Amino acid sequence: MKKIFVPLLIVTTAMFAYAPVMIANAPYESTMGLVQKIFYFHVPSWFAMFTAVFLCGIESAIFLFRKKPSADRLAVAAGEVAVLFGLMGLVTGPLWGRKSWGIWWPWDARVTMALLVELTFVGYLLVRKFAGPGSDKLAAAMAIFGMFNVPFVYMSVNIWRTIHPKTSVVPTLPGGMPGPFWFCVAAFLSLCALLITARLHLENQRAALDALYLDEE
Amino acid sequence: MIRSLLSTALVFFGLAVSVFAQPPQQNEFVPIDKLPPSDQLPSAPLLITAYVFVWIATLVYLWTIWRRLAKVEADVRGLEQRRAAATRR
Repeated sequence: MKKIFVPLLIVTTAMFAYAPVMIANAPYESTMGLVQKIFYFHVPSWFAMFTAVFLCGIESAIFLFRKKPSADRLAVAAGEVAVLFGLMGLVTGPLWGRKSWGIWWPWDARVTMALLVELTFVGYLLVRKFAGPGSDKLAAAMAIFGMFNVPFVYMSVNIWRTIHPKTSVVPTLPGGMPGPFWFCVAAFLSLCALLITARLHLENQRAALDALYLDEE
Repeated sequence: MIRSLLSTALVFFGLAVSVFAQPPQQNEFVPIDKLPPSDQLPSAPLLITAYVFVWIATLVYLWTIWRRLAKVEADVRGLEQRRAAATRR
C-alpha cells in the first residue's frame, strides 16, 4: 500500500497546492464573474464521484458473478469515496447557484438525479453496515443500479430543460479555461485514487482481522 | 420663563417629529436593470466556502480512515500477541 500511497500523496498534495494559482489566473466568465471559479472544483468533484461510482459498480458486478471477496473490498472503498465526492458536488453546486441563479437548489432534472445517485450510495453504505448477513450481495446489486443512473445524470441537461449549463460547455471552454479545468480534474482523480487506496488498505486489514478471528475459533 | 419653556418644548417636539417620522409611503414599484453594488450578493465568501469545504471534507475523511485503521491494526496486534502467548504455553 505504501508503494502507491506515498507517491500519490505527494503528487496530489502538490497538485492541490498549485491548483488555486491556476484558478486565480484563469479568466473570469462574462456573466457570472468571480463565483464561476467554483466550477474548477465543482465539476471535477463530479468527475471523481462518477469514477468512484463506476469502480464500485464494476467491482460489485465482479463480486456478484465471480464471488471474488477482493472485488467486494474494492467496491466498498470506492462506494464510500463516491459518497464523499458526491457530497462535495452537492455542497459546492448550491454555493455557485445561489449567486448565479439566485437560488440554492433549483430541483431541476440534473440536481435531483445527482441527489438520487448520492442517496443510492449512502443507502449502499447503510445496507453494508446495518443489514446483517448477506448484505454484501444486496449492496452490490444497489451499486450496479446506482452505476447505471450515472449516464442519465450526465445526459439530463440535454434531455430535459434545466437551468444547468449543457454538456457542450466543457468541450468548448474558451482560451485560458481548459488548462486550469483539466488540471483540477487530474488533481481530483489523483485524490480519488489516493482515498480509495487508503480506504482499501483499511478494508484489507479488516479482512485480515476477520481471518485471524476465524483461525482462533 | 414661559417663553424659554415653550421654546424647549418646541425643540423637543421638532426632534421627536424628525426621529419618529415615517418614510414616504410607496405607491408603486419602480424597476431597475441592475442592483446597486451595496445590495449585490458578494461572490468571494461563496467561493471561499466552496474551496474550504472541499479541503475540510477531504481532511476529515482521511482522519476517519486513519482512526479506523489504527483501531483495526491494534486489534490485529492484540490478537497476534494472544496467539503467540497461547502457542508458547
